Amino acid sequence: MGQTERLRAEVERIAAGGPPQYHEKLRQQGKMFVRERLAKLLDPGSFVEDGMLARCEDPDLPADAVVTGIGRINGRTVCIMASDATVKAGSWGARTVEKIVRIQEQALKFNIPILYLVDSAGGRITEQVEMFPGRRHAGRIFYNQVKMSGRVPQVCVLFGPSPAGAAYLPALSDVVIMVDGNASAYLGSPRMAEMVIGEKVDHETMGGARMHCSVSGLGDFLAASEDEAIELMKRYLSYMPDNWKGLPPAAPPREPKGPAPLSAVVPPDQNTPFNMYRFIEGLVDADSFFEIKKEYAPELITGFARLGGQVIGIVANQPAVKGGVLFVDSADKGARFIWLCNAYNIPLLFLADVPGFMIGSRVERQGIIRHGAKMICAVSEATVPKISVIVRKAYGAGLYAMAGPAFEPDACIALPTAQIAIMGPEAAVNAVYYNKIQELPEDERPSFVAAKRAEYAADIDIFRLASELIVDAVVDADSLRAELIRRFAAAAGKAVTFTERRCPVYPV
Amino acid sequence: MTPVTAPMTGIVYQLPAAVGSSVAEGDSVAILESMKMHVPVPAPKAGRIKEIRVQEGEFVEEGAILAFIE
Repeated sequence: MGQTERLRAEVERIAAGGPPQYHEKLRQQGKMFVRERLAKLLDPGSFVEDGMLARCEDPDLPADAVVTGIGRINGRTVCIMASDATVKAGSWGARTVEKIVRIQEQALKFNIPILYLVDSAGGRITEQVEMFPGRRHAGRIFYNQVKMSGRVPQVCVLFGPSPAGAAYLPALSDVVIMVDGNASAYLGSPRMAEMVIGEKVDHETMGGARMHCSVSGLGDFLAASEDEAIELMKRYLSYMPDNWKGLPPAAPPREPKGPAPLSAVVPPDQNTPFNMYRFIEGLVDADSFFEIKKEYAPELITGFARLGGQVIGIVANQPAVKGGVLFVDSADKGARFIWLCNAYNIPLLFLADVPGFMIGSRVERQGIIRHGAKMICAVSEATVPKISVIVRKAYGAGLYAMAGPAFEPDACIALPTAQIAIMGPEAAVNAVYYNKIQELPEDERPSFVAAKRAEYAADIDIFRLASELIVDAVVDADSLRAELIRRFAAAAGKAVTFTERRCPVYPV
Repeated sequence: MTPVTAPMTGIVYQLPAAVGSSVAEGDSVAILESMKMHVPVPAPKAGRIKEIRVQEGEFVEEGAILAFIE
């Protein structure tokens, strides 16, 4: 056989992946073969592969269980790492890790996004000395991820497992898409947990997609199928620039399809819940809202949208869930989303209707103070255009976490329904006049409390706050969209450095 | 039987669905008052209210079982 024929035969052999029984196993699990996934994801004929011949002298290790290279998605160039679960269950061997490290280095050099398509049993223990401890071994993958974070988008899709050390790969990505039923991540498998700590638990409960997307917060998108996961990946990238210096891609503007008039969506009474999704739908371009972490801490809504065709990131309280109160998980979700938007030049819109951070012994033990501080930290640091809209109420540190006036928003706008205060009238009157109320005869208390509440409401009247220049404008809900489009356009050239230092000491 | 649990710590403000009544998924089984907000507790699935475990005015912790649906 000549060398050219040899090459052709090798490429054909390697492109077929592992033995037939493992292809059959993929089919039973509802999974695609790695090269089918790439064909669905990438523009036809755009893929160039590196290291296809890695370990070609070993017939059992086609490409050493990972496909790496560069391709295009809707015309945009991206780096790809994709596990091949038909070869040693997609585990990481001596050359797998070197291939992953190299494609990361390419993404950094070329300033383009990287996608991690993971379906892997983790490190190959039999090859550990060649892949685990050294300078360019598995640890370097995570080191690189940290270095890349905020420079180029990193999207991780779990089509299958990503156990033990490999679980840090999703954790260090910008976002994680998980396929329901097949994706999993845990530091120790159920088998290991039973052996080492005596716990009996199944895969799904321990580290399934649904658990991670709704409880742990490791997952950002729960996909019902591999096809949906691929679509989510494409859609996510459509809101992202190629790198931290680029601008997110614009699209033709569209009118909102949501409810009109928007003013009818917000009830005047501060204590009555309403659905913030309806407010968002009525405000942004039709079909442009793309939610992140939908299943996790739903009392805070985070997601991308378009306003007059331009990408924005929305952070909105959801009064229909837990009263829109901020909890440990919602503060965590908010902080991370704000960091994501700030990293990639995505202007931030805050829609505040927040009674404050949750109080009580339960949340204090969970560290509500430091988690809230983390969100306040992220809001402070964000130098992308940011506008805070007080939709209804912003009480206490809720005002701070939602980019209130002290946090350098480019504008703090109030709707006529807005109320800004340390706390609501009921709690405030009780706090200030507690002793006085106790001294009064019981039948005189209600009228006293009512009078004091009215006094308090007048003191925090939104026109008074506008008169004191606390807010920059009071805008009616039906004019809000046009106002925001003009204000974001005006702030487009914003170039601000927050401050110089090595790094802040983050409250986490 | 499906338990209906308190989404957050607070006081039971209202119990709009009586024992034996039918509820659709998403109907309010209870309304809590917490942080001065009314917080509806939706039925996790459609069914009949089998049992209500709390009374109006009662303090409940997050996760406490308020009712059962069958």
